[in-house]
Amino acid sequence: MQDVDVDAILRNRSECAANLIPALQDIQSRFHYLPESALRTVARRLKVPLTQVFHAATFYNCFSLEPVGRHLVQVCLGTACHVRGGQRVLEKVLRELNLPASGTTPDFEFTVAPVRCLGCCALAPVMRVDQRTYGHLQQSRVPKVLKGYCKPAMAAV
Amino acid sequence: MSAPPTRIASLTDLLHAAARGRKTLLPNHPKILVGMASCGLAAGADEVYEAIGEETARLQLPYVVAPTGCIGWCSQEPLVDVRLPHKPRVTYGRMDAHKARELVRGLCDGDLKTQWAIGLLTSHDNPVTPTRTRTRYSKLSARVDGVPRYEELDLFRRQVRLVTRNCGVIDPTNLDEYLARAGYRALHRALTAMRPEEIINEVTRSGLRGRGGAGFPTGKKWEVMRGQVGTPKYLICNADEGDPGAYMDRAVLEGDPQTVLEGMTIGAYAMGASDGVIYVREEYPLAVKRMLEAIAQAETAGLLGDNIFNSGFGFRIRVVKGGGAFVCGEETALIASVEGRVGEPRQRPPYPAQKGLGGKPTCINNVETWANIPVILMRGGDWYARLGTGGSKGTKVFCLVGAIKNPTLVEVPMGITLRQIVYEMGGGTPQGRKFKAIQTGGPSGGCIPESLLDLEVDYESLTQAGAIMGSGGMIVMDSSTCMVDIARYFLTFLADESCGKCFSCRKGLQRMRQIVVRITEGLGSEADLDLIEELGWMVRETSLCGLGQTAPNPVLSTLRYFRDEYLAHVREKRCPAKVCKELITYRIEPTLCDGCGACVRVCTSEAILGEKKKAHTIDNAKCIKCGSCLEVCQPQAVVVS
Repeated sequence: MQDVDVDAILRNRSECAANLIPALQDIQSRFHYLPESALRTVARRLKVPLTQVFHAATFYNCFSLEPVGRHLVQVCLGTACHVRGGQRVLEKVLRELNLPASGTTPDFEFTVAPVRCLGCCALAPVMRVDQRTYGHLQQSRVPKVLKGYCKPAMAAV
Repeated sequence: MSAPPTRIASLTDLLHAAARGRKTLLPNHPKILVGMASCGLAAGADEVYEAIGEETARLQLPYVVAPTGCIGWCSQEPLVDVRLPHKPRVTYGRMDAHKARELVRGLCDGDLKTQWAIGLLTSHDNPVTPTRTRTRYSKLSARVDGVPRYEELDLFRRQVRLVTRNCGVIDPTNLDEYLARAGYRALHRALTAMRPEEIINEVTRSGLRGRGGAGFPTGKKWEVMRGQVGTPKYLICNADEGDPGAYMDRAVLEGDPQTVLEGMTIGAYAMGASDGVIYVREEYPLAVKRMLEAIAQAETAGLLGDNIFNSGFGFRIRVVKGGGAFVCGEETALIASVEGRVGEPRQRPPYPAQKGLGGKPTCINNVETWANIPVILMRGGDWYARLGTGGSKGTKVFCLVGAIKNPTLVEVPMGITLRQIVYEMGGGTPQGRKFKAIQTGGPSGGCIPESLLDLEVDYESLTQAGAIMGSGGMIVMDSSTCMVDIARYFLTFLADESCGKCFSCRKGLQRMRQIVVRITEGLGSEADLDLIEELGWMVRETSLCGLGQTAPNPVLSTLRYFRDEYLAHVREKRCPAKVCKELITYRIEPTLCDGCGACVRVCTSEAILGEKKKAHTIDNAKCIKCGSCLEVCQPQAVVVS
């Protein structure tokens, strides 16, 4: 299944290094991470050394070598959010999800990642869960926002 | 609402399409506009838009409902505008779905709901057209009782909107509406009536300087590029808006994508380029979508591609998504990223104009720079140069955010004072707290103290003050912001984002961060201050690219203007702004506490003790200093000391 998808992503791309990052972006958005086998396939098909593929995959913030959770929680730590308490919002999110630091919950429901600036500074502090951005956050609102993304069984707890 | 696929090949075609655009831009039916840029959506504009659509459909009203970009009144999002035929446009702020439905019902009964209105847009001056084409209703100088006109509002009075002229006015997904605002007329003029040298001459005369931050004269860059013999030549639009606190490029890409394409195409003709790239941050999904739509529409209309306006000139643009690396805002790193490598800057010269993308001549300009080009071409370089100061011409878009009453996006002529921006447009600091500093230029910039608020903003004055213009983000800090914590914040950011190529930047920033963290934890000494200053100078002098060369600015500028705060941390082990966790404790003032229990409910570490209706206390051994109790305490009994 995975191989088929990677093949489809690479099918229309010519063998050149300029296609490397767009290809990795497509794989990332398809699988929500970069599986090692996919990286090897990309290297072979685009005729780019595997070291260069890994270099790019580990350099850019948009890539992850680890599988991420079903929901991606991006807490903004841009300057405006920092000034208005973004760090406290991040810590609250981590406490709510019982995470010691940014990362993925053991049940792969949530991945928490700080991000530096979503460009919604006027609504600081903000966080984005999947496609939806929440502004003017206070710590007290965080549990309610997260609850909306929990599985029904968990939401009842 | 997109344009029918007809090719626009002449001025007649252009005027034809513009007339079509005017029908939706200024229809003969009531029109309701919803600000649907990213920030509007985050504030709930999609629900408002849906509610308005449903309600007009339910009541079978012949209203035009359209999305628009961001007009910059960020503090009032979500924004809704109502325009009755031949009447001024009424703006409503802080709308929600419920109010939106009521508004539609009110309009149906002839009630404008002026109690919710916050502004009246009476004129739609278009800076692109030399003769002031005012829309019909402006002549009536119409008023609606109790609603101030935009030009009477402190926020808009001093604004000169060139780059953002269409943001919040047109539907960004509708090419015809852009044409109705005299869009692509500048390109038509360039291709049919001007020689490339004449265009470059106009840009040089305008005094336009790179809006990405460094302020290199755009005309000069273009001239060097034109003189290159290598082919093909490439253009790049730098939309990798990495500075936290700046979102003007996003506002333009989302609100008026065609102006960027037009500016680039004019540039391509002037410099002899055949292909263009727009490098957009992947954190801006809506901007990417808008640009892709805009390119497709322009191609269908023949405004991009081969033989534009039957001139024989062709130009293509593609979108490349960034990978989320701050350093890719640096031009050589950006090129490396487009080529599929990691974003590591390289030595200049050779400059990209000599050896850029694929080793070919490449001109990189920022979104805002490109968006200025159509205006300069239509109005002339001399007209543009009348705006601004001696060394910095024209306007600049600023994002005013942070500890400010009315966060906003404004476009003002260069030379305006910081005080006017902060106090007139932004309304000063919230909750009566004292203004402390304004941070400009993102992580490469610096913090400017209150004593310099009367500084006239231009490239030189900001650099002299130890900051930089940067891309135009302005973050206001008040007495609740700790300047040492801010230095720590920026060093963490920069140490994370340093590409690691230069030892001095990679290690120097890590070391500076360690020292500043130590100070915020109350473990620093006075000698540390001299050490970070020395390290800062070292990093500045020995780094290859702009990131490293400017990275010490936040630390050096806070040390220069706020040394007393650093000294309080190292001498008295005290954080005057009560931010640094290791140096503060929370307690509850028993005389103010009414025992409501709100704090007990939010405290996740079970550190608050006390019975209902009796004064509570905080167990400092358990307290993790998260500040949740402070947030919810109504009688403000939670005290930080």
